[in-house]
Amino acid sequence: MSDIEQRVKKIVSEQLGANEADVKNESSFVDDLGADSLDTVELVMALEEEFDCEIPDEEAEKITTVQQAIDYVNANLK
Amino acid sequence: MGFLAGKRALIVGLLSDRSIAYGIAAAMKREGAEIAFTYQKEKFQDRVRSLAAELGSNIVLPCDVGSDEQIEALFTALRQHWDKLDILVHSVAFVPKAALDGDYLDSVTRENFQIAHDISSYSFTALAKAAMPMIAGQNASLLTVSYLGAERTLPNYNVMGVAKASLEANVRYMSQSLGPKGIRVNAVSAGPIRTLAASGITGFDDLVRFNEKHAALRRSVTIEEVGNAAAFLCSDLASGITGEITYVDAGMNITAVGTID
Repeated sequence: MSDIEQRVKKIVSEQLGANEADVKNESSFVDDLGADSLDTVELVMALEEEFDCEIPDEEAEKITTVQQAIDYVNANLK
Repeated sequence: MGFLAGKRALIVGLLSDRSIAYGIAAAMKREGAEIAFTYQKEKFQDRVRSLAAELGSNIVLPCDVGSDEQIEALFTALRQHWDKLDILVHSVAFVPKAALDGDYLDSVTRENFQIAHDISSYSFTALAKAAMPMIAGQNASLLTVSYLGAERTLPNYNVMGVAKASLEANVRYMSQSLGPKGIRVNAVSAGPIRTLAASGITGFDDLVRFNEKHAALRRSVTIEEVGNAAAFLCSDLASGITGEITYVDAGMNITAVGTID
């Protein structure tokens, strides 16, 4: 597992109160991990902090699974 | 012993551990206050309950501040736990997101103007009215949270700035109304902080960056810093302070231009 993948999964697990084992690449925040709309906003904020980046609203809306978060960070990390 | 030992505080507006209300609650708890919380909708109950537990509280009551009936019910329910209340914290603001984007005159409507003023300003007054039986004779202190957009303009803040201006005037009028009873009313005007509510403001990240560049301290403020000032204002240490808007904004409000590249 890449470093970024690990860090993303750790944040997802912390923010959504899920076991790290349950946080799979294909997991959907809402459908699989029980996130509500506030959780998803907080999750994006936590990702922004962890990776010191800004995720615009229109991009944030497209990040609905763990893999999409990993992909976004990989593509946009400075 | 903390400077709020023996005080009982009701905090309205906790939604996340990034909430300014969370910073205020944490500081008040550290200084010895007992705290009760509210949640706006049933779906937030579990969320607020677990945050409250982190802050050592199990008093978590429903209240949508847009409803006088719910505000009445809140204090009826609170009286089941406490006979008196020393501190009331109002950390609530709302307007439909479309109002926080683009040109002011284009985005403002009669409806969003009314909602912004009702939920962000009048609700403080409404809570104070309903709290009176519990706070009278308590040396009590009321506190709300504002922003510099009440006094000066900035892009996208729009009708929320007008509502915050109302809230700050409300602080002054409530201070005069309650002063003879020994009750103090103040506000903290916080610099921009990334909260769930702030995520609704278009361009918020740029706003934070602007503040970090120009504010005297050249940085943002934290919910802990806002919480510390709030705890002080609600304590007997601030017994001579009422009707005041206290800036916790790293010095942004005194700045016209902080730095020129």
